[in-house]
Amino acid sequence: MTTEAPAPFQFIGCVELRQALDHRARDERELLDRLEDVPPGSVFYHTHGYFLRHRPITTAYGNDFAAWVAVHVRDQVLAERLAVINPFEAASLEELREELITVIHDHLLRVISVPRVEFGEIFHFQQSHIVEVPLGSAAATLAEFRAGLAEVDASAIYFHMVEARTRLGRRSGDFAEWIRSSLAMPALAERIERIDAYMTSLERVRARVLALVDDALEGEAA
Amino acid sequence: MIAIDDYRRVAPPGAVDMLLRLAERVRGRRMLHLSGGRFGGGPAEILHTLVPMMADLGVDAAWEITGGDPKFYATAASLRAALDGAERVLTDEGLDHYVEMNRINAKKLSLEADLVLVHDVQPLTLVQHRGSSGRWVWRCHFDSSRAQRRAWAFLRPALSQYDAAVFSLPKFGRRMSIPKYVIAPSIDPLSEKNRDLTAREVAGILRGLGVAQDKPILLQVAPFTPAEDPLGVVNAYRLVRKHYNVRLVLAGTGDSEREGREVLGELREAARHDSDITVLELPPDAHGQINALQRAATIVLQKSVHEGFSLAAAEAMWKGKPVVGGFAGGLTQQIVYDVTGYTVHSVEGAAFRLRHLLNNPELIARMGAAGREHVRRSFLVTRHLTDYMALLIHLTR
Repeated sequence: MTTEAPAPFQFIGCVELRQALDHRARDERELLDRLEDVPPGSVFYHTHGYFLRHRPITTAYGNDFAAWVAVHVRDQVLAERLAVINPFEAASLEELREELITVIHDHLLRVISVPRVEFGEIFHFQQSHIVEVPLGSAAATLAEFRAGLAEVDASAIYFHMVEARTRLGRRSGDFAEWIRSSLAMPALAERIERIDAYMTSLERVRARVLALVDDALEGEAA
Repeated sequence: MIAIDDYRRVAPPGAVDMLLRLAERVRGRRMLHLSGGRFGGGPAEILHTLVPMMADLGVDAAWEITGGDPKFYATAASLRAALDGAERVLTDEGLDHYVEMNRINAKKLSLEADLVLVHDVQPLTLVQHRGSSGRWVWRCHFDSSRAQRRAWAFLRPALSQYDAAVFSLPKFGRRMSIPKYVIAPSIDPLSEKNRDLTAREVAGILRGLGVAQDKPILLQVAPFTPAEDPLGVVNAYRLVRKHYNVRLVLAGTGDSEREGREVLGELREAARHDSDITVLELPPDAHGQINALQRAATIVLQKSVHEGFSLAAAEAMWKGKPVVGGFAGGLTQQIVYDVTGYTVHSVEGAAFRLRHLLNNPELIARMGAAGREHVRRSFLVTRHLTDYMALLIHLTR
């Protein structure tokens, strides 16, 4: 039996408009100090936003802070500790900020001198404004959702799985929420909700959601 | 005429559809670009592509330029250089004349638009004649972080009348009272400088330039100025030459400043004693020749020591070439270290990376392919247009 949702799912892509802030860091102490001051949107940009921007080449460091410390300060120890902080596990941006600060603070207690940029680039804090772009395709059934998801721009994966959860307060993410509330498929919703988006690419996340949906569709057919 | 759909074959999947969706939100809105001219450097080059594309998407896009007399142009050029960190003498008389000429420009131009994007310095003070409607944004294409104090102080009152500024990189901006957005410049993959060329076309153009394709070519395309360090490139080539039989081609435009003339003289002297060094002084519109040279090159150098954004690295990467570039300006953004090429800090570093690549030809192919994809995602005009659309939506909602 194919369930038709009372409210169709509307795919929304997004474009990130970057804004430079007047905060910068030349060493790890300044990174710590500025992290305490910057708006939450900047913490989001340099952690979750990394996922949107770095899809083609690498996600080797997981966030901009770890990448800067590794590449420009050349402090592999702190880079490793920052890289393993999973922004998707934090309950809020303030909790994520606190964790980043704690890790840097703890690291600075263990070093003799504050590691700083010698030949690299200083760190410039930024934040972003997300411009939503309705993509036109709407889905009323799970099969239509699958077809739409396979085609939409990758930024839609980011918007529904990351932006919706972290900045828009929809903690389950839009895909899981719609499948749970409109299609009444809580088991599938829970599996989608559990997908780990950290240290992977938007395309891989898309593939994982598609695989789960395919399983569910096969189950329906059987 | 090239249409937006033509970019589907070069842009990332879905990029053109995103543009079409974005355009639905801004259809009919007026976006006015103001610049100092229609020819010359990168900003004008890309506007020739961006403005028709915007119109194709249904935006009421227009491009106006400021005019003036030689004194106006000279003062604007000095201000531009001073904002870029160079030492210049700025006289009160010259600055007054610059402001006055823009007052006259304002009377001649229609400045009404939902979003007015003012490019660089020449039209900058037009904002003092803005109407009450519409949003004004200063689009700075160079590195203003080390601006001379007098030049910045002179322009600060005008800058404070803008609603926002746009810089190519966060590090290019200064502390300002208005929001600073970040939009990287771009290349047009379908332009004469970047369109696909057949091997026969490339060979024909190189023959015309007197460059033989009998051995690997190391290439730098850049003005012959100390900032681009072409003499450092020659020295790096000489270190490589001990081990590899290669050619060095330096292609660029001359510079009327004394330092630039001296650099060109030294390069010519080096070429006189080494037949494998070719110095090509090209006109600014030698797009086809630059395209062919970049496609014929084995490795492209961009060994700048002080650089704005300079898209020469992106142009080369689009042609599938690894780039060895100086650790300066926008090169650190364009070159992904060890993935699309290398950023280096010295002549020896450049020579080391050139030898490393020549000794590992499979790396040349791999980095070239990665570079092309990096440019496809980050430095094509479709991404640039997307950012401008987002700016228009964000500021005029």
